[in-house]
Amino acid sequence: MRERLLGIIQKEFRQAFREPRMRTMLFLPPLIQLFVFGFAVNLDVDHAYLAWMDGDQTYESRELLAAFQGSGRFDVVALPASDRDVQRLLDSNKADLVVRVLPGFERDLLRDRPTSVQVLINGANSNTASIVSSYASSIITSFASQVMQEQNRARLEARQAPTAVSFQGPQLKMQSRVWFNPDLRSRNYFVPGIVVNIIMLVTLMLTAMAIVREKEIGTMEQLMVTPIRPIELMLGKTLPFALVGLIDTLLVVVAALLLFHIPFRGSALLLFFCGALFLMTSLGAGLFISTISQTQQQAMMTTFMFFQPFFLLSGFAFPIRNMPEAIQILTLLNPVRYFMEIVRGLFLKGSGVDVLWPQMVALAVFGVVILTLSSLRFRKRLD
Amino acid sequence: MSLRRLKAVTKKELLHIVRDYRSLWLAIALPLVMLLLFGYALTLDVDRIPTYVYDQDHTPESRDLINQFRGSRYFQILEAVNSYRATDRAIDKSTILLSIVVPKYYSRHLLAGEEADVQLLVDGSDSNTASIALGYADAVVQSYAAQLRSDAQVRRGGQALQVPVEPRIRVWYNSDLKSKNFIVPGLIAVTMMIIASMLSSLTIAREWENGTMEQLLSTPVRPGELVLGKLIAYFALGIVDMLISIIVGVFIFQVPFRGDVWFLFFTSCLFLFGALSWGIFLSASTRSQLMAFQLGMLSSFLPGYLLSGFIYSITNMPKVIQLISYVVPARYFVNILNGVFLKGVGTRVLWLEVVMLAVYAGLVFVGASRKMRLKVA
Repeated sequence: MRERLLGIIQKEFRQAFREPRMRTMLFLPPLIQLFVFGFAVNLDVDHAYLAWMDGDQTYESRELLAAFQGSGRFDVVALPASDRDVQRLLDSNKADLVVRVLPGFERDLLRDRPTSVQVLINGANSNTASIVSSYASSIITSFASQVMQEQNRARLEARQAPTAVSFQGPQLKMQSRVWFNPDLRSRNYFVPGIVVNIIMLVTLMLTAMAIVREKEIGTMEQLMVTPIRPIELMLGKTLPFALVGLIDTLLVVVAALLLFHIPFRGSALLLFFCGALFLMTSLGAGLFISTISQTQQQAMMTTFMFFQPFFLLSGFAFPIRNMPEAIQILTLLNPVRYFMEIVRGLFLKGSGVDVLWPQMVALAVFGVVILTLSSLRFRKRLD
Repeated sequence: MSLRRLKAVTKKELLHIVRDYRSLWLAIALPLVMLLLFGYALTLDVDRIPTYVYDQDHTPESRDLINQFRGSRYFQILEAVNSYRATDRAIDKSTILLSIVVPKYYSRHLLAGEEADVQLLVDGSDSNTASIALGYADAVVQSYAAQLRSDAQVRRGGQALQVPVEPRIRVWYNSDLKSKNFIVPGLIAVTMMIIASMLSSLTIAREWENGTMEQLLSTPVRPGELVLGKLIAYFALGIVDMLISIIVGVFIFQVPFRGDVWFLFFTSCLFLFGALSWGIFLSASTRSQLMAFQLGMLSSFLPGYLLSGFIYSITNMPKVIQLISYVVPARYFVNILNGVFLKGVGTRVLWLEVVMLAVYAGLVFVGASRKMRLKVA
């Protein structure tokens, strides 16, 4: 048994590493994925393109502009003069928002008449739009409260009682403390999720493809006439990719830490242990796909069909909390969800087994069940 | 180029597609699944943020403040707790994202006209949700503060204060800020990229791997005809996927469609042609399906998904990545899709995008035919 197992493992390794191009394909794509994902997946809005349309051109309107510029979140990219310019800027995505100060802005402020500032937001990307809208309204509101205080002081000095009473009004202040990710950088949240994505895709696909390849080019028959047993064949096919998966995990985690300077607060050992738990699931799923596919193309398409929903419903970018109730319950059956929670907990929160044990148990259960079922099916297919 | 041979190649390829009915089924089901997921389940919109309240003050004032949060549809107060331990534990376990702590002596400070603090503890791991939540919380507190100040003035015999400047915010194109309205159109580009990277990138590699390429070579068919014939077959499949996406998006998920249908159709064909040519180019460059697939994923699907502005806006990316995104055709197509669906604009605004797509399609097609000829010779 051991001899045969070693034989097939040796064969698999040789096949995977023989070709230099194949060797690179095992380790380079994960790194490229990490790179592209890490830099591209970002929901922060740091530099919104602001078009400033000043119909007033006074001291106060310029103060407001200074408040926008001083926030560091807006880049003034255009000074449109007409409604047609505004339309063009928004249509062609050259501006994320247009702030329009109407004529008479300063006059109204000086006369204590309530006035308004128009903000037109390019809503095509609703996420950017809602962040931009909240930034803009908070800047305008704080500008307003500054003006309000000045007006009150002016009234007091002019002794216009009883419109103003000499008294310090109640003051309310919000103090927020942000945990785990104090700078609110979305990269810190996404990069750990990318690690999950890469491990899953690599192991799922390699296992499925390696077995189906033998079927497609007809070498599976040759393997079957050798004395090797199904279980040995299966182990021999999966173990090398488990190893590749673990090496890729290490590679991607180290690269993520070096490249993106994200925190890692948990235990590295625990990460690897949970990684191994998760590999049972993904290798098992790979085996399963191989039993239902005849050609490599089918295997790929099926892999993708499996991978996409599981990944999208794992809470990677789209919070599970936002999903409809029924789907939220369905995600309890998604092993990727648990691994995602574990990895993020380890990276960002430094959680330990005391917090993460339910996820770990779930992952272990899924792993054992999926791996057993797929091996049974795999054996039946071979017999 | 002979029309007869081209037809023969196309027919052969179509037979391949139809006969492998599972791949065909998957090619049609995949866009549907993605559409269902994005249209129904996945959204970035933040509301009902799970929140705990820890009221140390227990006064009418503190309860009034908490009621302001209760009244907002963005916060869902799950529980009122009595210790920091409870809030910390809940944040650790991700049961809540936010806890509002009203410190002791809150009402005393408030009534004395001193600065009264409200403390917000936020789980920042999901920074996007966290910053939107903070924005909403800030708005609640600020407007409540203004109201308190005005009330106090009135109580002391003064005039009610008016907010001097009010932001009047109007959102164009997607006024209820639904993320599906921009994600579903963009999905058309992603779906086509998937078809290109998973179907067309394998077709020639498979012929090499199975040894049927030698048979094809012994026939009088020319490389250009082979490329074009294969392309036409997958083109048909891509068009079917596109129609499905548009119909499901517009009629089931009620995504607004404000532009010209024919303009959309024309640009989609252009994009599809380029994307498929790229798949065939890859397929001709490598003789292994696994490698073709890997390369296809890396060069079509991944950039189409991430560097196209489909979900993640390009302006937030580092400058280098932004430069790279200019050579990603999906970027131009996503722009067109958003323009046609949400903004109702046409050639006048989008001409540059159309030109870029045409240039890309032309270059890649010529490249694929050349590569094919080199490999065959």
